[in-house]
Amino acid sequence: MAKHHGRGVATINYPIGMNLGGDPSQALVHSNPTGKFTVSLSSIDLGQGMKSVIRQICAETLGVPVADVYVDTADSDTGPHCTGSFASRGTHRVGNAVMVAAREARAVMMEAAAEELEVDPGDLETDGRGNIRVKGAPHRSITVREVAMAAQFKQGKTIAGRGIFLVPLSDVDPETGEMSPATCYAHACVIVDVEVDDETGDVSVLKMTSAYEIGRAINPKMVEQQLVGGAWMGMSHALYETVEPYYPDPREGPRDFNEYLMPGPGDICPHEIVVLERPAPDGPFGAKGIGEMCANPVLPAVANAIFNAVGVRINDLPITPEKVLRAIKARGGAVPQARMR
Amino acid sequence: MLEFRKDIFADERDDNLLEIGQPTQRQDMLGHVTATSRYYDDHRFANLLHLKVLRSPHAHARIRSIDDSAAARAPGVKRIIRAADVPVNLNTLLSLMQFGKDDEPSLATDVVRYKGEPILGIVATSERAALEAMALVRISYDPLPAVFDVEEALKPGAPSVNPTYPKNTFEYHGKYDHQKLRFGDVDAAFAQADVVLEDRYQMSPIEHAPTETNGSIAVPDTNGRIVVYTSTQALFFSLDTAAKINALPSNQLHFIGGTVGGGFGGKVDTMTEPLAILAARLTGAPVRYRFSRHEEMQFGSPRGAERIYIKDGIMRDGRIIARQVRAYFDSGAYTRLSSYAVIKCAGHIPGPYTIPNVSADIYCVFTNRTPATAMRGFGVTAIDFAIECQMDKDAVAIGMDPLEFRMLNAYRDGDMKAHRREAKNCALIECAQVAAEKAQWPLRDEFRRMSSRQGGAARAGVTDRSRMPAPAVPPRVPASTTQRVTYERPMPAVSPAATPPPPPPTPPQPPAPAASGHGARRFSSVFGTRRR
Repeated sequence: MAKHHGRGVATINYPIGMNLGGDPSQALVHSNPTGKFTVSLSSIDLGQGMKSVIRQICAETLGVPVADVYVDTADSDTGPHCTGSFASRGTHRVGNAVMVAAREARAVMMEAAAEELEVDPGDLETDGRGNIRVKGAPHRSITVREVAMAAQFKQGKTIAGRGIFLVPLSDVDPETGEMSPATCYAHACVIVDVEVDDETGDVSVLKMTSAYEIGRAINPKMVEQQLVGGAWMGMSHALYETVEPYYPDPREGPRDFNEYLMPGPGDICPHEIVVLERPAPDGPFGAKGIGEMCANPVLPAVANAIFNAVGVRINDLPITPEKVLRAIKARGGAVPQARMR
Repeated sequence: MLEFRKDIFADERDDNLLEIGQPTQRQDMLGHVTATSRYYDDHRFANLLHLKVLRSPHAHARIRSIDDSAAARAPGVKRIIRAADVPVNLNTLLSLMQFGKDDEPSLATDVVRYKGEPILGIVATSERAALEAMALVRISYDPLPAVFDVEEALKPGAPSVNPTYPKNTFEYHGKYDHQKLRFGDVDAAFAQADVVLEDRYQMSPIEHAPTETNGSIAVPDTNGRIVVYTSTQALFFSLDTAAKINALPSNQLHFIGGTVGGGFGGKVDTMTEPLAILAARLTGAPVRYRFSRHEEMQFGSPRGAERIYIKDGIMRDGRIIARQVRAYFDSGAYTRLSSYAVIKCAGHIPGPYTIPNVSADIYCVFTNRTPATAMRGFGVTAIDFAIECQMDKDAVAIGMDPLEFRMLNAYRDGDMKAHRREAKNCALIECAQVAAEKAQWPLRDEFRRMSSRQGGAARAGVTDRSRMPAPAVPPRVPASTTQRVTYERPMPAVSPAATPPPPPPTPPQPPAPAASGHGARRFSSVFGTRRR
């Protein structure tokens, strides 16, 4: 009886967005009279940080500090349509919509600034700190606040923009399945180290090492929280969770968190994450979505690591100690495979 | 710990950005950490009423009679809501996108099709009063045979679950009981393959387990509109669904959401808003409909379970030349969104690999269980599990390092994918290289030098065997011409190869993509339909 170390790997890609009905989202951006901007959406922030990501994309596109942008969302009377917060679509779809809206608002802002400075709008640039200045002559500058005041009270201009992002509609061929399921894909490789107890069938995840390619990390803290949390969920799916423990027999379903198994704080393992960025040609600043894909590679990597540790393949999720133990017994004992470092 | 490898793909990025890439703190952080962010259930109303629904105790039964007279007289009860009170009782979620037929009632009429299906709504002055009244409702049922296994449900004579789809499968393109994917010629490739492996994979149904359960509060406004505070993940999707079921113009509803205590796909189905709105209209009072944890766990739609069969044809030099997939999505009693996940799955096969011959048949199957819905990785998580376990077995079967085996077959820019779109912006190889380096997983030099940006287009054009590195170790498969068609299986309970499910009725095969003339059925000969 012993504990066996094993290592497993999985590599995956993930399609961004929904390929049904064009998957549209809209955004509105406008300035108040003192040069502070509001983004109006109906998109939902589920806690994943959608508002923060949209705020940063809007600020970058407008050329103003992030503190001067506020995102207002999830009111059907004020926010324009969004398909919803799912399918890893928020950053990509809503991000693109807000870029379109922010570009339109920026164009008006630059026109208003040009009128105040008596130059051509094409000669102006933003410094990202709340100023608009003549390229090559930074002493000739005006604040965004002054521009907004002039637009509102003197020039009669609305510093505002509308944006929508819509994927070209794609039919699915009934005979061949030919389709355009997504316009960009995120990528991942996860290596999982486990320890399998051949006496109890218990599996401990010791360590995860992963590389994720996500197009562009708009906010590295948000990226980290998604990747860490998603990997935890993947580990939970692999080893713990089910609402029907004897599926397809529907009996014995859990009713609360006492009966629904999930890993606790003591089951969390160290996770080394490396992020790669290959910008998606149609992503906002190249960003793809990472909301869903971060859970997926962990499931098979855990299963493969268990095989590497004790030589049994469990094809039915979740991989409970009972299943591991039965498989080891059926095989006549644990058969550790070649070590992969 | 998180680190960046900015050196990789640096030539494709403009890194001179001011706000993008900053770890800016979220604008709602303070509210979240001080417990002052307002969730739907933090809105307080005088005279708030509470809606609870009576749920079927049977997985499949005919309702013979309902007697709610005692419940209607119970203390605190303001209104009983019956199926006949729902203006448009039958709906399907994706009807807003013209996908599928209305198949699910808000409240069951004559038959219940899963344990937990709502039958009656009880609106009372407290949740307790509603639950106590519920105990007074008398319903007599005639139990009907039920089916819980996706493959059993497809057999002749299986109980019919959903009268809109009497054969227990969603209908695709008005004529098929599944979605097809056809690319190249898998049968010819299997005949040529050195090794053929087949296995069966089973995903489990999973609870989204949000901290905040599904719920909403519908509040009559002074101007005749209804304000709805909701936990939805999709504001207008839920608004339009609720407007349809209540036969209201959409501008009669004002939805407010936005701070949600965990979604993961479990708050798209609009399970509470339509009845909360109806109850508010029938009583003229604000009404809350909030799932208990038990309801969330058992009757809030779970991640559906998928059963997947994969058959791979592999050459000893490491190339996968064919992949065939048959998958069954367990939709439960009604469609919800599983029909769409099937399409997403079909578009994802064969995973991030360039395989010249691919075939898949994906079914959306109705069974007598709680309708399944979206969950993180919808349509993809299970097939990724199956594919990546299968990849590991493939590598073992030909004696190759499992990571190098993946890299060898990884898709690259310019490759043609099975759904007939050119691969672009690929980065699987680079992820493998970086993870391997970080985890000290040894890769040989030629794999460390590989690139997603090189070799793909050439591979799509003509066969270039010189590009293929030699296998990591001598193949363990004996050098005989006999094909290996089974894989050692420690779990004798399941033997998919021995008991193949009934073959689906296959319509006439469409002509395969035109094969080019040079005869090699490698990475080359099936890309006649490639598009740029």
